[in-house]
Amino acid sequence: MLDNAREVVAECLGARPDEVSFTASGTEAVHRGLLGLLRGRRRAGDRLVHAAVEHSAVLHAAAWAGGEHVSVPVDRHGRVSPDDFVAACAGPGVAVAALQAANHEVGTCQPVAEVASRIGEVPLLVDACASAGRVPLPAGWAVAAASAHKWGGPAGVGVLAVRKGARWRNPFPGDDRVDERTAGFENVPAALAAAAALRAVVEERAEVGARQRALLDRIRHGVQVVPDVEVVGDPEDRLPHVLTFSCLYVDGEALVDRLARHGFAVASGSACTASSLEPSHVLTAMGALTHGNVRLSLTRDTDEADVERFLEVLPGVVAGIRAEAGL
Amino acid sequence: MSEPHEGLGPVELELDCRGQLCPLPVIALGRRVGEVAVGARVAVVADDVAARHDVPAWCRMRGQEYVGEDVAADGVPRYVVRRLS
Repeated sequence: MLDNAREVVAECLGARPDEVSFTASGTEAVHRGLLGLLRGRRRAGDRLVHAAVEHSAVLHAAAWAGGEHVSVPVDRHGRVSPDDFVAACAGPGVAVAALQAANHEVGTCQPVAEVASRIGEVPLLVDACASAGRVPLPAGWAVAAASAHKWGGPAGVGVLAVRKGARWRNPFPGDDRVDERTAGFENVPAALAAAAALRAVVEERAEVGARQRALLDRIRHGVQVVPDVEVVGDPEDRLPHVLTFSCLYVDGEALVDRLARHGFAVASGSACTASSLEPSHVLTAMGALTHGNVRLSLTRDTDEADVERFLEVLPGVVAGIRAEAGL
Repeated sequence: MSEPHEGLGPVELELDCRGQLCPLPVIALGRRVGEVAVGARVAVVADDVAARHDVPAWCRMRGQEYVGEDVAADGVPRYVVRRLS
């Protein structure tokens, strides 16, 4: 049964079944993927090149592994320059490179395929947790990581794909079982559910993605009617279902609460709402405003009426919060 | 620690936002920048780390000039802005 799930996931991601393992989460897949590549490349060096806007799963694994880390800056849209990234990979002692398929906070796609084709033997970890299922996995990965709940599957299932022939070595103690890349028992029912959900998402992504892109364009233009609001992330080369914007002078937590009262469940990347007081490293790397952020995620059944109602409610909500702050 | 105070020279208005969390320092800047003449400078003294990013972002969004960062006499970061309009 697990082999069936493996086959489905492999086909949806453009991998071979024997390249696919199931982990407990996308984070675990990133950790095992990155640390295993670093271990496999120990002789080449201990330097890791990564985009400044990688998910904290990548940054935490890198910090845990030690070694030297080169953070490649991003532009206003949150994208690395392929030339800069490739140049960083050409430095001495580079063991591994990590570049996300798309950014988890602002939706911008990274130039993964181009970078992969230009960095020679440096293996590339592609964190596809935000994008898997929604858009095709870009070519050129040595290791790819994905997370089932992000494509609508159950929480507690991650996917670790290790390319045949990639220099990946298990960074943790081995487990004498079938899958040498993970430990413990896979959650078989959840893996089956994850595979079924992925297949469904992939089958309808052309149609759903086109509809969502049109809705995001409408929101992109609609929110900019509100003064001092900035949409962040690339307008074109992006994920079709997430959009982030920042409202100057607005407390992110207040914004989330008031939109919730109108029936909109949104996320905020503002430090004010997070447990840590550190602003989002993604937004700071982009030079974007770090407060008053809203991240909208469209579901497959979000429709025009929902979007129009959101755009109707937003200006008053923002103006109300600003008025209370004396602006 | 770098040279205290006046690294960027005197300013016309200094806003004491010590102890305030984001977005309060930027709100203070938005409310009070109009008190100085065009061409004059305002400083935001803030220990909230978000101000380091949000004051330059405010300048970009509002069409004002971000001059730079130095530190107040007590070591708290000071972000200097020039009013352009």
